Amino acid sequence: MKGMSVIVKKVAQLLSAMIFVFGMYIAIHGHIMPGGGFTGGVLLASSFIVLVLAQGLEYFKLKQQRERTSLVESLSVLLILLLGFSGLFAGSMVFFGNYLPKGQPGELLSAGNIPIYSILIGIKVAATLFTIFLALTIYKEEVST
Amino acid sequence: MNTEIYLTIILIIMIILALTAIHAKDLLSAVIAQGGIGYGLVICFLLLKAPDLAIVQIVAETITIIIMVAVLHDSTRFEMRCPTCRRDIINLTSALILGATLLYFFVDAISVLPPFGEHTLRMSANYVYDAIEKTGATNLVKGVLWDFRALDTLGEAAVLFTTAMGVLAILRLKGRVKNN
Repeated sequence: MKGMSVIVKKVAQLLSAMIFVFGMYIAIHGHIMPGGGFTGGVLLASSFIVLVLAQGLEYFKLKQQRERTSLVESLSVLLILLLGFSGLFAGSMVFFGNYLPKGQPGELLSAGNIPIYSILIGIKVAATLFTIFLALTIYKEEVST
Repeated sequence: MNTEIYLTIILIIMIILALTAIHAKDLLSAVIAQGGIGYGLVICFLLLKAPDLAIVQIVAETITIIIMVAVLHDSTRFEMRCPTCRRDIINLTSALILGATLLYFFVDAISVLPPFGEHTLRMSANYVYDAIEKTGATNLVKGVLWDFRALDTLGEAAVLFTTAMGVLAILRLKGRVKNN
């Protein structure tokens, strides 16, 4: 995939950082305001996708590193499962138990395990969408050459 | 009361857009009309006080439009129609019969539903009133998703994981070759 014009490249560079920060904000504040892991993850993935669409596939040498997004995805699923299993041994002894201290409702550090799940699912969704996008673009590249 | 009027207007616009999407000659305008339906749904979610769903819907709708435009960009913009289609009468009668049946059962079922705007069912009242104490999360949706119904959410994560694996497996062009 070729890159686009200079204007598009510059705007994509400026915008993608802002989209990235906004996605992190949405994912981290999932337990106190609308949004959460899935939405934040989609925003994170779209910040990468905008960059790749603007600069072209060759610029980041993504063909050599396509296993890494898959690795991040699998690791975050594994962490979610491990955190869920750890609920069996602490607190109320149930799968996916919420055993960390609850804190003051409405603050950033509250709601026990929920923010950790939010962040992990954000990473997972971002990695999944970016993996699918990379697979599609690399496939098209391989077919056309 | 105002909400219902706005919802009715948006729903009528969405129905018109759906008819446009079906009958458009140009596939690009069909895709654009379909995007309009999605964004109308976003406004419906916002009016019904569901910002979580609205955010997800707006992102998913944008991605869907981008993918569909990309597909159109690589294929033709015009529909391929078969010239000798003479099944219009059969299609119309079956559609009418199906619509009448569905309408009959719908009218029957709508009398059982609670009136519009009264959300507190027997089961969800427990969630709504005790969620902040039990989970500590101000966003009740996340409290339900990751505390009361965490197992369901794990299933959703598994669906996403399987989707990625399936895409990677289908699109892998060069299979793994065994070294002899």
